[in-house]
Amino acid sequence: MSALRRPVALGMPGRRADVGHAPGGPALAGGASSPLRGEETFPRAAKRELAKPQLRANLAHATSTIRAKRAAVVGEVPDWEALRDAGAAMKAEAMQRLPELLEELERAVTARGGVVHWARDADEANAIVADLVRATGAREVVKVKSMATQEIGLNEYLDEAGIEALETDLAELIVQLAGDTPSHILVPAIHRSRTEIREIFLEHMAGVDPELTDEPRLLAMAARAYLRERFLRAEVAVSGANFAIAETGTLAVVESEGNGRMCLTLPRTLITVMGIEKVLPRAQDLEVYLQLLPRSSTGERMNPYTSMWTGVTPGDGPQEFHLVLLDNGRTAALADEVGRAALHCIRCSACLNVCPVYERTGGHAYGSVYPGPIGAILTPLLTGAVDHDDPNSSLPYASTLCGACYDVCPVKIDIPSILVHLRTRGVDAGRGGVPAPEAVAMKAAGVVMGSPTAFRAAEAASRAVRVLARDGAVSRLPWPGSLWTASRDLPAPPKEPFRAWWARERGASAAEGGK
Amino acid sequence: MTAQASPDGVPDDARSVVLARVRAALAGSTGGGTGPSFDHAAPGAPPDAGPFAAGDALPGAPAGPGYLTADDEWETGTTGEALLALLTDRVVDYRATVTRARTAEVPAQLVRLLAGAGRVVVPAGLDPDWVDALRSAGTTVLVDGPDAPLTLADLDSAGAVVTGSRLAVAETGTIVLDGSPDQGRRAVSLVPDHHVCVVRGADVVRGLPAAMARLDVTRPLTWISGPSATSDIELSRVEGVHGPRRLEVVLVVDDDAPGQR
Ligand code: SF4
Repeated sequence: MSALRRPVALGMPGRRADVGHAPGGPALAGGASSPLRGEETFPRAAKRELAKPQLRANLAHATSTIRAKRAAVVGEVPDWEALRDAGAAMKAEAMQRLPELLEELERAVTARGGVVHWARDADEANAIVADLVRATGAREVVKVKSMATQEIGLNEYLDEAGIEALETDLAELIVQLAGDTPSHILVPAIHRSRTEIREIFLEHMAGVDPELTDEPRLLAMAARAYLRERFLRAEVAVSGANFAIAETGTLAVVESEGNGRMCLTLPRTLITVMGIEKVLPRAQDLEVYLQLLPRSSTGERMNPYTSMWTGVTPGDGPQEFHLVLLDNGRTAALADEVGRAALHCIRCSACLNVCPVYERTGGHAYGSVYPGPIGAILTPLLTGAVDHDDPNSSLPYASTLCGACYDVCPVKIDIPSILVHLRTRGVDAGRGGVPAPEAVAMKAAGVVMGSPTAFRAAEAASRAVRVLARDGAVSRLPWPGSLWTASRDLPAPPKEPFRAWWARERGASAAEGGK
Repeated sequence: MTAQASPDGVPDDARSVVLARVRAALAGSTGGGTGPSFDHAAPGAPPDAGPFAAGDALPGAPAGPGYLTADDEWETGTTGEALLALLTDRVVDYRATVTRARTAEVPAQLVRLLAGAGRVVVPAGLDPDWVDALRSAGTTVLVDGPDAPLTLADLDSAGAVVTGSRLAVAETGTIVLDGSPDQGRRAVSLVPDHHVCVVRGADVVRGLPAAMARLDVTRPLTWISGPSATSDIELSRVEGVHGPRRLEVVLVVDDDAPGQR
């Protein structure tokens, strides 16, 4: 089966070649080689990814499994819509009160024996963590899966500083062992089948049983054996946080495997890196989010383990606790009154799993650690991408605007509206220069569709285009059509246009009548 | 952290800069950095559920923030056998086991569940009758307490751990430990591969709101829903990764007070 058989409407008209990107302002995130920015535009990257049949099979299988599970456990909650409303309202409140909540959180964490650090950007956060690790004398850290530390490229930074960061989440471990990059915010190795995972383990996991099969239970067991001793000897752990409670200084991590508990409990020192938008006003708010998150995320009534800790508890868990509060473009997103809602995201990944574009292209095409619908809005907001030369400015077009993401989002982020808003932002930023090809194309279409004679001529021309089609799609038109097909496939024109069919089937008089 | 000032007198340490950026980002918008609080106890629907402002009582609307709370019939009306059966159903769904015992039967039940488990870890505050029963049955019991904590190697060498629990949430099959003396520090219930957890019937609630009302979040909390598991391989759930691979729940119910609240 050809991966390109069905035309994929990616929506973004191409412009110039991909040549780097505009430097961001001071409050924006993501330099040239950032985990928040790929090297090429979404349409180009998508085209490459779409040509991988194994990838598409793996994704289709995994996303359909999780969609069914989610639908079943959401369906049994009688007040689901009210919970979503409450979840959205509390996040809106938290954004509105962010300055006071961050200060309150800092006071509460400090009062309970924790140390709070602030980081303007990725570099600053990385340097803080590296210094804290060095101060303990440790050369290795164990890590719980965290989007914030992926976003800042912490592992690579620590590696250069001579500190080994070991990912302990199964999917992260698979990605790390394979030297791969994550493609999903919840299950970073979603693009890998069990057979591929077995091969990665056999090749890269020291001491693995050569008889290992691809049975998921045995693969999980192999990871347990591999990491056990590392957990027991770890002195420093690095985590993210799903939620932080301003009034009490409590942090929460939601997980499945117990690697989170290991990291949050056994080492002497714990360093948590958290985006400033994760703070919630009250502990009671968790009664809503702990209902919304697991059901939306892994499709379970509750995830196996949730850990909550407040500063340092004498005699229980890490005796040194550091909280790094990270901006890295969040304040730039906050300044966009429409886009701000993207900061409400609780990283459940439901929007990825229902997205028809994500299901076909996978996460790598987005170039950012945040893929899928949420990534298509969050990445440009964090990095401030408006310039057409910036690959991230193509992300708001990585959508059909079908609205499935909005329907499943547990905190009701209106992703389609924000996508349209960001497209407008990009088009507005492009005004004043050479007319964009999409504007030229729309003007031309207006002329053709306004005149029956011109339309008939266009139909004849479109029949000529059929000779260019392969597998029912046209990937490359001659100039000026190349401006259009550089970023999208054109469905092959039908053998016989509607007007010709009508004339043949219903007679010349009917065709004339349809003039 | 002390604020340093740049030459022009504006503090330029990270904390001041980030907070100033947050304030600037909110400055143009309605509310401008302050806003109404979501009120979990407010009558009527949540603030953005419709044309009603927060706090407006909708005629005929149930009390509360719109979703089901600890005061709703959904929670208070589920008691006794129905509540315990719900909990059992949900815990078993995670491939953990649930057995019932009257208070007096707990020691014998523990002995039965832990036969052949090897060395068993208990927190210092566990019911001494339970510990005595295990010892009498010939089990080597390792006691972990604040004055004499076990080493990680001790914990790793043990076959099982027995703890009490703070409460259980029936709707989601979740047990919460809060580090009380009968539950011990967090490492104790994590490192051994087999966790036997005793839940009192009176500590079972139906939903999350009732659970949050009973919990002190400033204690170290561990929420446990089944044995450790992963969905990382093709998004299908597989039990048994780093946490205990076996979870056995002993539900303590005496005839005179089944699921009493
Ligand atoms: S945008 Fe909504 S659906 Fe998507 S990951 Fe975030 S919370 Fe989940």
